[in-house]
Amino acid sequence: MAITSRGFYGRRRAADTKLPPGQYLTTDFPVLSAGPTPHVPLDDWEFTINEGTQVLRRWDWKAFRALPSENITVDLHCVTRWSKLGTSWEGVSLDTLFRDTKTDAEYALVHSYGDYTTNLPLDELFNKQAWIAFRFDDEDLAPEHGGPARLLVPHLYLWKSAKWVRGITLLQEDQPGFWESLGYHNYGDPWREQRYSGDE
Amino acid sequence: MWRVGTVVALRDETATARTITLALPDWPGHVAGQHVDVRLSAPDGYSAVRSYSIASASNSEKEIEITVERLPNGEVSSYLTQDLAVGDQLELRGPIGGWFVWRTEQKEPIQLIAGGSGIVPLMAMIRSRGAARSTTPFRLLYSVRAPEGILYRDRLQALPKEDSSLVVNFAYTRIVPKDWPRPPGRIDKDLILSATWPARMTATCYICGPTGFVESVTDLLNTVGNRRENIRTERFGPTGERK
Repeated sequence: MAITSRGFYGRRRAADTKLPPGQYLTTDFPVLSAGPTPHVPLDDWEFTINEGTQVLRRWDWKAFRALPSENITVDLHCVTRWSKLGTSWEGVSLDTLFRDTKTDAEYALVHSYGDYTTNLPLDELFNKQAWIAFRFDDEDLAPEHGGPARLLVPHLYLWKSAKWVRGITLLQEDQPGFWESLGYHNYGDPWREQRYSGDE
Repeated sequence: MWRVGTVVALRDETATARTITLALPDWPGHVAGQHVDVRLSAPDGYSAVRSYSIASASNSEKEIEITVERLPNGEVSSYLTQDLAVGDQLELRGPIGGWFVWRTEQKEPIQLIAGGSGIVPLMAMIRSRGAARSTTPFRLLYSVRAPEGILYRDRLQALPKEDSSLVVNFAYTRIVPKDWPRPPGRIDKDLILSATWPARMTATCYICGPTGFVESVTDLLNTVGNRRENIRTERFGPTGERK
């Protein structure tokens, strides 16, 4: 039972009804990262699907950009409580990237330039749920927002949408990523408000 | 999960920032740099939650301090800095966060760089160091718009006189004090070179402030040879009330 804050009435907005619990609406695009922003030259960029040391698929920037891409409009929900609605991206779906990869792995550990990691069940990446995005609002994705390319998996809190993505490691057993090892929830569904470890 | 804290003291730090001391009988302790979520609830059940860095030392028992900067039209920060009174109760969750933290066991040199109210979690580190009687060398570079915007001014000016292994440098972006040697301006490469640890010291760097500030400072630290794995950041955007 919440304590009522004496004299607090708050500022509701109509759009708040579209938000997951505990979120508030923002129209700008805050940046949250744990360290310096990596600047990855496109000539050096690569994206792999791997099983640790064994690389199953590898794309350089040119090959990646030659893949069919999609325009998507999605809502973003950050665990620091801001939500941004109707954001426009262009990216390659993980369905496309995994088209020729057969695996019985159940988990994915996503790796970034700058050594960030995040984990999720592999199925969360398929069926039009996840993309490697390289354009935002009709512009090349800025480095502070994850450029040249980031994972976009908007049905989970935004820390799962790893910036500066460089590869996906397929795993038989779940392995917590960076924030998942530092007190944040392993799965991170905003509609169930799974912010911190211990949340149901 | 949500704890109830009672406001036992309020202290204005600047014209727009206020420190709130909360009594929390079941507080489990925290690590310097961690934050709490604060929840306000209206009579009709509407609630709003924001995150605030803890300002007090990690050994504080049954009491913590947070410092809140009032933002223009800030739904929660306006209430906390203007309406909240001693004796009121607040709901809190935490402590939260395990990355942007300094532990008293750390022995390497520490570089703290704050922009504006980004000083709050760094002040918790300075206070925790003092409370633990640690002699780990600390340097702070604190960038503010003008002298009257400095949080914890008296402590930050007094501490280095008591403790030779704590060095505090200020930078002013708009208005400088009388006879200040450096014209107003943002932190640049010269200031990084003169006011922070040389890269060969491999200090751990904690940078906290607005996004543009953190981007610029971390790039400068990299440019003068600091390794990215030694740099930890905490950013807040225009709407992120995280302080």
